[in-house]
Amino acid sequence: MLEIRNLHAHVEGNEILKGINLTVNAGEVHTIMGPNGSGKSTLAQVLAGRDTYEVTEGEVTYCGEDLIELSCDARARKGIFLAFQYPVEIPGVSTNYFLRAALNSIRKEQGLDDLDAVDFLQLVKQKAKLVEMDGSLLKRSINEGFSGGEKKRNEIFQMAVLDPKLAILDETDSGLDIDALRIVSNGINKIRGADRAIILVTHYQRLLNYVVPDFVHVLVGGRIVKSGGKELALELEESGYAAIEKAAEQAATVAS
Amino acid sequence: MSRANSTIDEWAEREYKYGFVTDIETDSVPPGLSEDVIRVISAKKQEPEFMLEWRLKAYRHWQTMKEPTWANVKYPPINYDEIIYYSAPKQNKDGPKSLDEVDPKLLETYEKLGIPLAERAALAGVAVDAVFDSVSVATTFKGKLSELGIIFCPFSEAVREHPDLIRKYLGSVVPYSDNFFATLNSAVFTDGSFVYIPKGVRCPMELSTYFRINAASTGQFERTLIIADEGAYVSYLEGCTAPMRDENQLHAAVVELVALGDATIKYSTVQNWYPGDENGVGGIYNFVTKRGKCQGDNSRISWTQVETGSAITWKYPSCILMGDNSVGEFYSIAMVNNCQQADTGTKMIHIGKNTRSTIISKGISAGRAQNTYRGAVKINSGADNARNFTQCDSLLLGDKCGAHTFPYIEVKNNTAKMEHEATTSKIGEDQLFYCNQRGLNLEDAVSMIVNGFCKEVFRELPMEFAVEAQRLLDVSLEGSVG
Repeated sequence: MLEIRNLHAHVEGNEILKGINLTVNAGEVHTIMGPNGSGKSTLAQVLAGRDTYEVTEGEVTYCGEDLIELSCDARARKGIFLAFQYPVEIPGVSTNYFLRAALNSIRKEQGLDDLDAVDFLQLVKQKAKLVEMDGSLLKRSINEGFSGGEKKRNEIFQMAVLDPKLAILDETDSGLDIDALRIVSNGINKIRGADRAIILVTHYQRLLNYVVPDFVHVLVGGRIVKSGGKELALELEESGYAAIEKAAEQAATVAS
Repeated sequence: MSRANSTIDEWAEREYKYGFVTDIETDSVPPGLSEDVIRVISAKKQEPEFMLEWRLKAYRHWQTMKEPTWANVKYPPINYDEIIYYSAPKQNKDGPKSLDEVDPKLLETYEKLGIPLAERAALAGVAVDAVFDSVSVATTFKGKLSELGIIFCPFSEAVREHPDLIRKYLGSVVPYSDNFFATLNSAVFTDGSFVYIPKGVRCPMELSTYFRINAASTGQFERTLIIADEGAYVSYLEGCTAPMRDENQLHAAVVELVALGDATIKYSTVQNWYPGDENGVGGIYNFVTKRGKCQGDNSRISWTQVETGSAITWKYPSCILMGDNSVGEFYSIAMVNNCQQADTGTKMIHIGKNTRSTIISKGISAGRAQNTYRGAVKINSGADNARNFTQCDSLLLGDKCGAHTFPYIEVKNNTAKMEHEATTSKIGEDQLFYCNQRGLNLEDAVSMIVNGFCKEVFRELPMEFAVEAQRLLDVSLEGSVG
């Protein structure tokens, strides 16, 4: 589904991603871990198409298409969803209204008719249950006055409604208490499926107690320095990133 | 923001959708202003003597006045001798009696503007008093309204048919000597609308007027007077668009509202005069005096305006809260793009006890436009327990535009409660990215964010008008916002 080859990306002249290679197939859950500033969030946003980042080298193929050529909104309509680390507030625009416009733009891409208000509300009700979200939140302006946990839940809820092919979750677990973490994890687990791929970006191993990944990748200094199965996360938890960083540095020195 | 900016530029470059000129013969006086011209206007309107005297008094006073310069707008000097002060579409001597008699080209013009002038207006529940240039060409629903004793007619007709009401209320809110532009209007106004709602009557439909400037170099000077007698209610809608011109055109209207005891007047405006092209050439100078007087106890006047047009807007719909417990409200959206300039706001003058006022102002600036909120809240010494809440929000699109806020507060009674909130923000790149990432394209995203920003004002508009206003805002935003 997603094929990343030697991806380099800059922001304001600084190179953040320095040659990422990653293959993600349908049905798989990949976790990307790494210390602060390693480029995890950058990778997530570059894949989503944020135009403050400039891709300088490399290729990204998504479902056979050149992803880099597509605008951010076109990517979204083709089934890429990013759950934001810091969900944005939009005053005066209700979550329901926003989400219906989003869903209908995606349906249009798929050649489907707009979902009418009644069907939409039914869908929303059902998906809101998934993340134990209070219906009254959906009538309020997007994320305005939401608690940190509510914002994150709203992201997972939107993901469930929009039904993406490739979901990228950027530190969705950070700032959640243990109950919220369980709810959010349940939401993620429920949308896991054979035709969907998920990329989880996280600092901590604790999310992985709830959402068990197929692959774990360690991102350090803009490169994936180690990949493995779910046991790699446990390993990291024990030894910390320092050991891996050190190994990565040595490897880089040797390489140059 | 690079993509956002390019979309802003595209919007800025969009042509004015309503820029067409109707080619019909007009009956005009030569350019320039003199007592003779005023006499001609008055005679053409078959006005009673008192009206002519009032006009002349205003004209003589106007000659002693200087054009005001305090507003935060810039424009070359206006040559008042080049303006044609009267222009009316030629028609049969007695005027049209039904729509069939109206010049088809006029109707066509309205058709292009999407105004339901014909009976389909009935479906929308709207009675239309259409002002084409200076003369009202058709009035619908008159019969239905007159059954309730409601008078809704062209101003010139009211001067002839209801001189007592005109004598009593004309100039009672905006005196002939009020300000430069209002005084000019008092001297030369040609037509407008007149509404009288009798005691205890709730007007069953939204009353609506559509103004339009058509003949080249014609200043338009409408005069509107709305009186809600004790316990009456009326909601009045005013919409404006104008065709494309290269010269700047002066538009100096006066609107007076009078609410007697327990009466309510809701006055909503959607203003889309030609704003000039992207280089600031052409466009309407909209110098308008709008004021309402809550004369009786428990009366209420509410102004709602959506301003997207005009090269320059100079407009402060105000409320004089004389009656005890009276309420004044001002809800405004002012959107400027390209080289447009707006200096707009309100005055709330608290005189009666327990008077309350609310001001919600939303300014949106794009392109190189400048948007100024100017407001005054005055609490007089006798206005015990007066309350005011003011909220001024400005939204900037792009980095070449400006937003300015000048709130004046004058309190002479220490029981007053005043609240003032103000914010200035830009459409964030993060907000756009969020919308884009959910599949909305840039234009839809901007439209959604701007509409959300304006929501508090939109919900004050009558339903069908709110939809039109949103559409207008979208048109104004197109190419102007990213």
